Amino acid sequence: MKSESKLEKILEAGHFAFTGELGPPRGANAEHVREKAKPLIGNVDMVNITDNQTAMVRMASWAAALIAIEEGLEPNYQMVCRDRNRLAMQADILGAYALGIKNMLCLSGDHQKFGDHPTAKGVFDIDSMQLVNMVKTMRDEGKFLGGADIDIPPKLFIGAAANPFAEPFEWRVHRLAKKVAAGADFIQTQCVFNMKKMREWIRRAVDMGLTEKTYILAGVTPMKSVGMAKYMASKVPGMDVPDEVIKRLQGAEKGKVADMGIEIACEQIQEFKEMKGVAGVHLMAIEWEHKVPEIAERAKVLPRPVV
Amino acid sequence: MIVAERKPFEEIKELVKAYKKVLVAGCGTCVAVCLTGGEKEVDILKTELDMARRMENNPVELRGHTIERQCDREYLEAFDSMVGDFDAILSMACGAGIQFLAERFPQIPVLPAVNTTFIGVNQGIGWYEERCRSCSNCVLGDTGGICPVTMCAKGLYNGPCGGTNKGNCEISSDQPCAWFMIYERLEKQGRLDCITRFTPAQNWENQVPRTLIQPGYKKPEKQ
Repeated sequence: MKSESKLEKILEAGHFAFTGELGPPRGANAEHVREKAKPLIGNVDMVNITDNQTAMVRMASWAAALIAIEEGLEPNYQMVCRDRNRLAMQADILGAYALGIKNMLCLSGDHQKFGDHPTAKGVFDIDSMQLVNMVKTMRDEGKFLGGADIDIPPKLFIGAAANPFAEPFEWRVHRLAKKVAAGADFIQTQCVFNMKKMREWIRRAVDMGLTEKTYILAGVTPMKSVGMAKYMASKVPGMDVPDEVIKRLQGAEKGKVADMGIEIACEQIQEFKEMKGVAGVHLMAIEWEHKVPEIAERAKVLPRPVV
Repeated sequence: MIVAERKPFEEIKELVKAYKKVLVAGCGTCVAVCLTGGEKEVDILKTELDMARRMENNPVELRGHTIERQCDREYLEAFDSMVGDFDAILSMACGAGIQFLAERFPQIPVLPAVNTTFIGVNQGIGWYEERCRSCSNCVLGDTGGICPVTMCAKGLYNGPCGGTNKGNCEISSDQPCAWFMIYERLEKQGRLDCITRFTPAQNWENQVPRTLIQPGYKKPEKQ
């Protein structure tokens, strides 16, 4: 084992992983984190704790992750390159590991222009790929990026994101290969709606042998409404929502659109369970944490394995 | 060239409001080419200030003078015999020129009339675009002649990020994604291997004031 992560144990044992997400609050409200954590307990193997997502200031990811641990969840500490330089990142990584965090996800971060401090200086001292490699160097070689020795290296399970849909599609799998070479132990993809493209991307990843070197968790987001689907299709960069998904939601009976959203998500999860090269699903039920038990139940991913 | 933009008139007026004799110093190189701080713009600013101050019953004595380059001692010398007559200098040069002028005449307030914006190219008359952040470590050889530090909104060395959006950057549909362009160009050149390699963390060299001394030259001894 490379780390002390429960997710790593589950994946190593060959189980189909199921992970969730929790966004920290816009305030020092620990109770809010505990409330959001409750429906996730026992229903997911790990929960991503987002880091100032959409460039809005929120409770620090590591802090919300510690609250999640207190509630009995295994957190995936997200870190974006937008807000910290390499000194702050390495310091936070050591602190997070020292306090019991075992997984992290290395991301670029949405541009600060989108958030509530649009004129902030974006740091981007290193990029997400370099962050992956830095954490790997810290863990496996026991060295800081600057080359000095670390007394107790952080044994973290290293995650990275991948977007299978962005243009040019040809480049996507090569970028994945680059992240794997940089040291990504697992990958969580962008929300998948275009299954046709996803199948092709995974096929290429399998052909290149990448799924032997990293675990790919497919991103699934249940649509709550037609409006949400249309918004994601047209306004969220990097998102690929085919018309047929919108049409299916529109075809749902009155008051049953959200239910249809969950049904589509469950069908996807079912297919991912069978798809060669996919090691699990990362469920991003955005501000819908309380629906996770129902989704897990309907997707037949319960009970979660105990390792 | 270095591109600058004139400050809003109200801000300039505020900067010089306490002074009765102001020398408006133009620069004849980059800022003249980008229509911001050359001889013509010095005349315009002088006229605007003169009118505004008359309206406020606070007249100001103004003189305009444009030299070839404010970042060059050889040309700055022309101001030596002039500055004694003024109680402030309003420079229309880039930030480098303004500082060099202030360094030469430390007894006189030297005030900026422009905001230095970027190192860029001339896309058309009055239309300029940024192309270089002078990072001191040029990677254009590996990125198809497209700078990831300048042209990618996140300055990524291993792009694109997840926000790349049908060839555009997540920040705007008017802003092309640098890494999309890099891919397209390198693919046409059959050089995609340049970006399949991992680029390690950058050694940032633009974090301290930089000095360059060409081989065969040296800094004069301090006197």
